[in-house]
Amino acid sequence: MSDIAVAPPTSSTPDRVPTDWRTPEMQRRIRRRYGAEQRFRLLGLAAVILSAGFLAVLLVTMVMNGASGFLQTRIALPIDFPSAGLMLDPARLHGPGADLALAGAGIERATDAAAITAFGKDGDKWLSDGAWLNVREAVKRDPAILRGRSIVWVPAADTIDVAAKRQGDPAAEAIVTKLQAAGAISTGFNLPFLTASDSNDPTRAGIWGAFKGSLFTMLVTLLIAFPIGVLSALYLEEYAPRNRWTDLIEVSINNLAAVPSIIFGLLGLAVFLGTFGMPRSASIVGGLTLALMTMPVIVIAGRNAIKAVPPSIRDAALGIGASPIQVVFHHVLPLALPGILTGTIIGMARALGETAPLLMIGMRAFIASPPARLTDPATVLPVQIFLWSDQIDRGFVEKTSAAIIVLLVFLLAMNSFAIYLRNKFETRW
Amino acid sequence: MLALFLVIAGLGLIGWLTARLRAVSFRRGSTARFSSLPSHFGGYVALWTVLPAALFLCVWSATSPALVTDRVLHDPAAAQLPPQGFNRAAILSEARSLASGNSFGAFNPLSKKLAPAYAAAQTRNDWIGAAIALLLSFATGGFAYTRVRPDFRARTKIERLMMAGLLAASLIAILTTMGIVASLLFESWRFFNIVPIGDFLFGTHWSPQVIDPADPGKTLGAVPLFWGTFFIGAVIAMLVAIPFGLMSAVYLTQYATPTARRWMKPILEVLAGVPTVVYGYFAALTVAPAVRDFAVSIGITWASSESALAAGLVMGVMIIPFVSSMADDSLAAVPDAMRDGSLAMGATASETIQRVLLPAALPGVVGGVLLAVSRAVGETMIVVMAASGVATLTLNPFASATTVTKQIVDLLTGEAEFDSPKTLAAFALGLTLFIITLLLNIVALTVVKRYREAYE
Repeated sequence: MSDIAVAPPTSSTPDRVPTDWRTPEMQRRIRRRYGAEQRFRLLGLAAVILSAGFLAVLLVTMVMNGASGFLQTRIALPIDFPSAGLMLDPARLHGPGADLALAGAGIERATDAAAITAFGKDGDKWLSDGAWLNVREAVKRDPAILRGRSIVWVPAADTIDVAAKRQGDPAAEAIVTKLQAAGAISTGFNLPFLTASDSNDPTRAGIWGAFKGSLFTMLVTLLIAFPIGVLSALYLEEYAPRNRWTDLIEVSINNLAAVPSIIFGLLGLAVFLGTFGMPRSASIVGGLTLALMTMPVIVIAGRNAIKAVPPSIRDAALGIGASPIQVVFHHVLPLALPGILTGTIIGMARALGETAPLLMIGMRAFIASPPARLTDPATVLPVQIFLWSDQIDRGFVEKTSAAIIVLLVFLLAMNSFAIYLRNKFETRW
Repeated sequence: MLALFLVIAGLGLIGWLTARLRAVSFRRGSTARFSSLPSHFGGYVALWTVLPAALFLCVWSATSPALVTDRVLHDPAAAQLPPQGFNRAAILSEARSLASGNSFGAFNPLSKKLAPAYAAAQTRNDWIGAAIALLLSFATGGFAYTRVRPDFRARTKIERLMMAGLLAASLIAILTTMGIVASLLFESWRFFNIVPIGDFLFGTHWSPQVIDPADPGKTLGAVPLFWGTFFIGAVIAMLVAIPFGLMSAVYLTQYATPTARRWMKPILEVLAGVPTVVYGYFAALTVAPAVRDFAVSIGITWASSESALAAGLVMGVMIIPFVSSMADDSLAAVPDAMRDGSLAMGATASETIQRVLLPAALPGVVGGVLLAVSRAVGETMIVVMAASGVATLTLNPFASATTVTKQIVDLLTGEAEFDSPKTLAAFALGLTLFIITLLLNIVALTVVKRYREAYE
């Protein structure tokens, strides 16, 4: 052993002198190497900061553009009801006939006329197309106003709305200044944005229809992808014999997880719409398509969660006489469930943000009323964002960004919930 | 129909309760050991009551329309029907919707005559189906009930059925894969019957808006699309994603304090969780005009506002966390002994990373990059919203370029009929995309797997 340690120097290094680290060139060399080290480290830091910075820019842009989408500009419209020529009998406004009476009263015409009297020749163009609906609601709420002249706050037209919130075109700016001077313009929370459906007029467009469509679609996805995903994960992890068939199942699940989402859309188009003749644009077809896409994610997450349950649990259960099915369903599955749920939520969040496959099955139609059934034509939040982003109207810029904010809030909530679940129920064996 | 299902479910519940009661009664007072619990007997009877009847109803509802039509054709009024072809089918379907109350006016007087026959046959069939289902439910349920005896192994039977259910669930994945492959292949085959495969794969002119019926292959050459996809997804996006992703992974695994790592890693992962439609909107609204202005300021006045660069840049940012986490995994898989050895020899941290860790982790990184490319190639919304629809063969990042996915969306959102070459072309493009991403994944996984074997 000591032979090696004291072996004589070989011929290649006969005159080796120890390095003198204090010589100037050695000092330079060390400085150079340390400099390179510093630079490399800073480069890494810069990469991380720039990536995070991009996220910040993205979010800030959306919030800056979208915050005003939650606001609505309103104009005070003085209406002299007695002279407005409404064909309305105040007595009928109480009781079941009220809606019918209001429908035929000509409120829309009266609103336009009032705007023209109040604001001049183009006054009716200052108001949103849906302004008369506010007048109708006001009358319904308090029929007493029909007796005299009163002021109703109605939403402003798109151009005025844009001009009041930010830079609009000069003509609209001038109108806003004039209204501001008269104190006849105000800004408030845009409730219709959350309760209305799609519309051609940005002041009337809302996300409720798309949101409900998303809800329906996600429901179908969850009901199909979750049971199938969990059952296949259990089968593959606990029972599957090692043979060619099992390999085939595993390979197809792993491949499905990597298939581009648009291909699932083509599958949905060819099979669900083409072969089975299901209705176009329906949330059930969207849900089925997304379920096929989400299932592999759940299977993979589920298998990892099941793998993490220690074998001693299974052995103990088998040892006291449980059957293989009882072992899995009474012991393994409950212990793996938090992990499976985390994976499911993450998969569902991905499905909620998915757009491309839904475009393929026709969920891009203009749909002005929320779906009532799973087979009704529907749209979903991401597709609504896509549709609005194509609109030329400037008012839709803020609506698109506002819808993006809503979508991001939901995704963030789902992901945070998944992280919370993981932290709360994570068991270290 | 729904009522029938509820009745059968109710019968199942009754079966469950009675079988359970019977099992409880023969267990009471007996000291023998049983293989099954009372609820196993209950479940056994309930399943026998419900499943055969439900299966029968599914089959019945699939075959019933054909039986109804057959019966209607024997009606005297049906003798006036045109012999074969489209007209005959139209009249029949009109009569059917009249009979079911879906429509009120009839276009053809004959369908009005047939409607009552339809309604009668439909009602008759419904009653027959309901009767058979109920009889079946009683018969199979009763049979199962007679088998509820102390020595009967109900649990084994139920567990066998559950195993079958588990197996069936895992076969869905194979079915889906087969569905994808079959639908893509079938529609593509129809497409290649119209357009020669050579024209599609090697043609350099793509403008599906004008298809010459005599020579449809002339304007359906997909090379510009393949190039655009490669240029945006594999070149520009990777030029962003690889340096940023790799350096982030290096910094987070090798330099950052545990606290910084715990905060920064989820933040980077948020980038991967942002829906692609949001990236697309951001690319179209903010990045594309900025890129165009930049191009104009350096003298490229013809720069497109739907440039390849804008879409590629944003796509690259989207891929950063993906590359970063793959690099992270493969760096973590390098044995600590290699790093410690290098540091002990006096190498600085950056020298260790560049000369020891990265070369050792290279196969994993390469595999990760290939997976990232496959993800970028299949990415749709960013290019749909930010890239152009005009297919050009260009090397200039400021010029417009289009991709396979963008064209699939454009082709399928028109009002074309289902079997026009335009619609079918989308499936051919989809097939190409599927094959490319599949190959990329297989190669990537092979590279990663081979690398893992080296150290374990």
